[in-house]
This record gives sequence, structure tokens and C-alpha cells, in this order.
Amino acid sequence: MRETIIRTAGLTKRYGENKAVDGLELEIEKGEVFGLLGPNGAGKTTTILMLMGLSEPSAGKAEIGGYDCTREAIAVKRIVGYLPDNVGFYGEMTGRENLRFVGELNALTKEETDKRIEALLARVGMTDAADQRAGTYSRGMRQRLGIAAVLMKDPQVVILDEPTLGIDPEGVHELIGLIRELAEQDGRTVLVSSHQLYQVQQICDRVGIFVKGRLVAAGTVEELGKRLEAREWTLELGAQPDGAGLKKLLGELDGVKRLERKGDGWTVCSERDIRRALLDALAHGGYDLMYLRPCGGDLDEIYRRYFAQEEAV
Amino acid sequence: MMEAAMKSGREAVRKKKIGPGPELAALYKKELTDHIRSKRFLIILALIAVTAVGSLYGALSGMQEAVSSSETEIEFVFLRLFTTSGDGIPSFVSFISLLGPLVGLTLGFDAINGERSRGTLNLLIAQPIHRDAVINGKFLAGLTVIAGMVCALGLLISGIGLIATGVPPTGEELLRLAVFLLVTIVYIAFWLGLSILFSALCRHTATSAMAVIALWLLFAIFLSMLADIIANALFPVTETSRASALIDNYTCSQAINHISPAYLYSEAVSAVMDPSVRAMGLVMQSQLSGAVVGPLDLDQSLLLVWQNLTGLIALTMLSFVASYVCFMRQEVRAG
Repeated sequence: MRETIIRTAGLTKRYGENKAVDGLELEIEKGEVFGLLGPNGAGKTTTILMLMGLSEPSAGKAEIGGYDCTREAIAVKRIVGYLPDNVGFYGEMTGRENLRFVGELNALTKEETDKRIEALLARVGMTDAADQRAGTYSRGMRQRLGIAAVLMKDPQVVILDEPTLGIDPEGVHELIGLIRELAEQDGRTVLVSSHQLYQVQQICDRVGIFVKGRLVAAGTVEELGKRLEAREWTLELGAQPDGAGLKKLLGELDGVKRLERKGDGWTVCSERDIRRALLDALAHGGYDLMYLRPCGGDLDEIYRRYFAQEEAV
Repeated sequence: MMEAAMKSGREAVRKKKIGPGPELAALYKKELTDHIRSKRFLIILALIAVTAVGSLYGALSGMQEAVSSSETEIEFVFLRLFTTSGDGIPSFVSFISLLGPLVGLTLGFDAINGERSRGTLNLLIAQPIHRDAVINGKFLAGLTVIAGMVCALGLLISGIGLIATGVPPTGEELLRLAVFLLVTIVYIAFWLGLSILFSALCRHTATSAMAVIALWLLFAIFLSMLADIIANALFPVTETSRASALIDNYTCSQAINHISPAYLYSEAVSAVMDPSVRAMGLVMQSQLSGAVVGPLDLDQSLLLVWQNLTGLIALTMLSFVASYVCFMRQEVRAG
């Protein structure tokens, strides 16, 4: 049986006239990785701050593990580890000393702190750099140390705000593996916010799309894709010879709604799956197919369209 | 089972007593180490130590001059180590009233906004700690450093002075010294609180540093000039003025001067460190008639500057409370 661990009801945050978060209804189950997606300024960080009890909601409420996020903030912070988007460490202290300080703030015993530090440093691959001053760390190293700091308190829930921001591809790859591990091996619930969709797609069980303070869609990546596909199919293709003839042929296919030039190929929008008919037509016309790929299933596309819809409203 | 585990976890949390916990101790310890290790604190400490020794040299030569020029014996030699100026070097007391604030400012001007800009404030408040532990820890650590420094300086001067003069202090003198050091700690703590307040108000450390330095210059140097200008404008005094006009002028400039914690401090210290100071402010000839000339006891001296002492304590508390309230009400993501 699934169990809900994070729940918000009508969560709203107003800054003057602006609604940074508008009536958020969210339920996240224990042990899942949930991705909070949206452009910058969509209200992701504000939502997270309210979940951590660091910002007071204007209306509505949020709960984590049965604790009220606003009134029982300390209890919430005992079970939730939070990695802020611009986490910093004390530059004069070494990585290890920084972790020890976090352990002290969490009232861990000295033995427990040292034990956890060793295990976590190894886990995030920072053992070698642990005795360097944190001021010398690169952004990627800071982020890994940040994850170690979050795990010092052995949290049930881990909230990561833009964890992959400003990190090189190799680092992102490692980080993503680490995040996935948190859920799969440790059974922790993970909430990741990001605007880098591709990365989030790889690790999330479910995603929620956030636009202008509102959650416009939530579900698995496939679900969201299907929901859009029900309305429209999109194919990307390239064929030779590419010219007016190809355009005419594509345009006249049954069911095609729109045709757009894209790079060295075409984007074809249709009301149903026209791949079979399209291949036949190309073969008959004597065209060589260079590539054909259905899109709309990936998060980028989903996100772009949801965003476009919201803009139009 | 999950429910049960959750419940017992909740009980454990509830049972924890409210009040300063290990988190405050951890923060306090960290702040203290930070201060002691920081280069800028070491620089200011060196500056103060050098001026202290310089002022002691001035005091010793000043006293020597006084002894050789007059036949009378110098009273309260021990206290004079701190209050005598000579060879153009100001006394230790006046050095401290000028430079003491600088110590408070150095310790506090980037307390909050420094953490904010380094991103470590986020790290702190994501931990299960009470938010006020952050600012309490900072203030307490700063206070400890100030107290340590002031007491060490007091002992340094006493020590060297004892060796140089060979005159042991009386109990009364030691008590007066203790009061002086205590008042100095309170005074510097005022500047610490004020600089923490500005570090919470301003986003950049440079802004908060400039703001508190401006206030320091205003109170330490410019306010007394301003007070005279304003008093002269409101109550002009000429050669033919009557006594009442003179009194009005003086009262006005005194009232303005008393806004300044620096003035409150130096007035208080002048009475505490010099038992021969018998009155503050304007004294009429008629009031002096029949007065017994002689040094005051400590309690009498304290009585003389009681309002200064309470004023200083109140200002110090006010500066800390203001920074506390300001920090607690601030949104985490201010900007």
C-alpha cells in the first residue's frame, strides 16, 4: 500500500499582489522521486521554503510526515533534509569540519557524527578532498558536500532545489545516480526541483509541472505524454531530396494539421498516428528517409506545450 | 507499525525541552573559533594592544613629569595608569572610547549578510534549530571575545604599570578598575549589537560596514561639534549674556551630547576612574561653598553617573533586541 508523506492543501503564497504559489494541491508518496518542474520564477523555491517552514504560507497548509510545516517546523526539519539551490559552506573550515558542524547542529553524538561523516564522504566521493578548505571547492564538489550535509541527519525526505544547476555533464551524471540511489537503496522520498527537464526525466517517478505558481499537470512522464498525444501527434523527419515536392507530399497526407520547417527536416503535427501512411507515401514518391522520430513523449516537449497552453489562457 | 513508529518519533520530539540546546552551543563554538581565527580580528587586536602599550608609556611619563614638577604626592597612582595622558599620547581610557567601538563593528558588521551571501545561512536554517539560536550564538560569541579582550588589556596595563611604578593598587582601585572594564564591555557590546542590526538590514557587507562606521564617526567625533553649533544657534551667547542664557546654551548642548553612547561612556568612565570628580555638568559657585574637598567613594561615584550606566545598558539591550527582531521577521529569501 502506498502512503502519502508530503501533502499540501490550497497552499498559497502572496507577495503583495503577486501570487508566487497559487492553491497548490500536491501529494507525494513515500519512497518516490518527484520532480517539480517549471521555468525560473514559477514558484518552485517558494513552495519548498513553505514545506521547510522557512516561509509562512498566506493560505492553505502543508504537511510532511504528519507534521504541520508551519507550526512544527523543527520537527519537520528533523525528518527532512534540504539542499538549497545556492548552498554554501564555511570556506575557512574543511569539508569534514563543515559536516561535523552540521552534525552538531543536529545534536548527534560525536561517535555517530564521525561514523556518518566517513560513510557519507565515501558515498559522495569526497573522501580525498575532505580535509581541504571548503573555500577551494568547485561548484560540483560543493554540491556533493551539500548532499552529504543533507544526509547527516538521516532524513526520511530529501528536498533538492535545482541540484544540477551549474554543474558539468559528468558531474550531473554522478549526481543523478546519487539522487536515484537515495530513493532506491535507502527508501527515502525525494523531491527535486529543476528547470532542466532532461535530467529530471531520467530519475523521477512522477513529475509536476509548475507554471506561474500553479501546478498545471502531475503524473508520470508517460502519462503526461499520453495526455498530450491524445490531442496531437508530432513527428520529426528528414528526407531527400528535400524541396517543395516533399513539402507538398507531407502537407497533403491525410490527417496532417500542421507542417513546420525544423533544422534540416520537418515537424509534422497530425491528429493521429500517420507513420505507416507517411512511410508508404515517401517510398512511392521516391524519397530516401534520413530520419523519423516521434516526439511529444519526452519531457521537453510536454513541458513546452503545457507552458504554451498556459501562456495562451 | 509505521504509525506507531511515527508516533514514538513525535513523542521523542515533544519531550525535548524548549530552550537553548546543543545547537546554541555548536553555533557559539563555531562563531568563537571564527572570530579568533579571523585575520581582521587579529589586526584590530594588534592595533588596540599597541595603542594600549603606547598610552601606558604616555601615562608613565606624564606622571613622572607631574611628580618632578610638584611636591605633592600623586593619589590613585594605579588608576592614573589608565587615565593620564602625556607626551602627546592620549590616555588609555580615551583610546578605548574611540577604538573600542571599532572592535564591536569588526565582530558584527557581516554577521547576518555575510552568511546570507555565502549561502551558509541557508545551510543553517535547514537544520532543526530554532532560528534565534543563530543570532544569539553570534551575539554571545562576540560578547565573549569582547570581554576577553577588554579584561586582557586591563590586566596587561595593570601588570606593566605595577612593574613600572611599584605602587600596589588598593582594593578600592581594583573595584573601580573592574567597574571600568565592565562598563567598557557593555559599551563595546552596544556597537556589536548595532553592527549586527545593520548586517541584518543591509544586503551587502560593504553597505553595512559603511553604515556603522558612519554612525561611529558621528557619535565619536561629530556629534559634540554639532551639539555646540545647535546650542549656539538656539541659545546665542555673547559677552553680555546673562547667566541664564549661558545655562540654557550649556544644557542644550549637553542634552544633544547625551544622545551619543560614546559621550555617555566617556562621562561615566571619567567619574568611575577618577574619584576626585565630584559633579557632572554645570556647578554654580554657590553650590560649591561648604563642600568638603576630597575623593569620593566608589558608590558615590557610581551614583554620580548612574543615569549614564543605565542608559548604556539600555542602549546595548535595545541594539541587540532590534537586531534580533529584525532577523527573526526577515524572509529567508530577502532578495
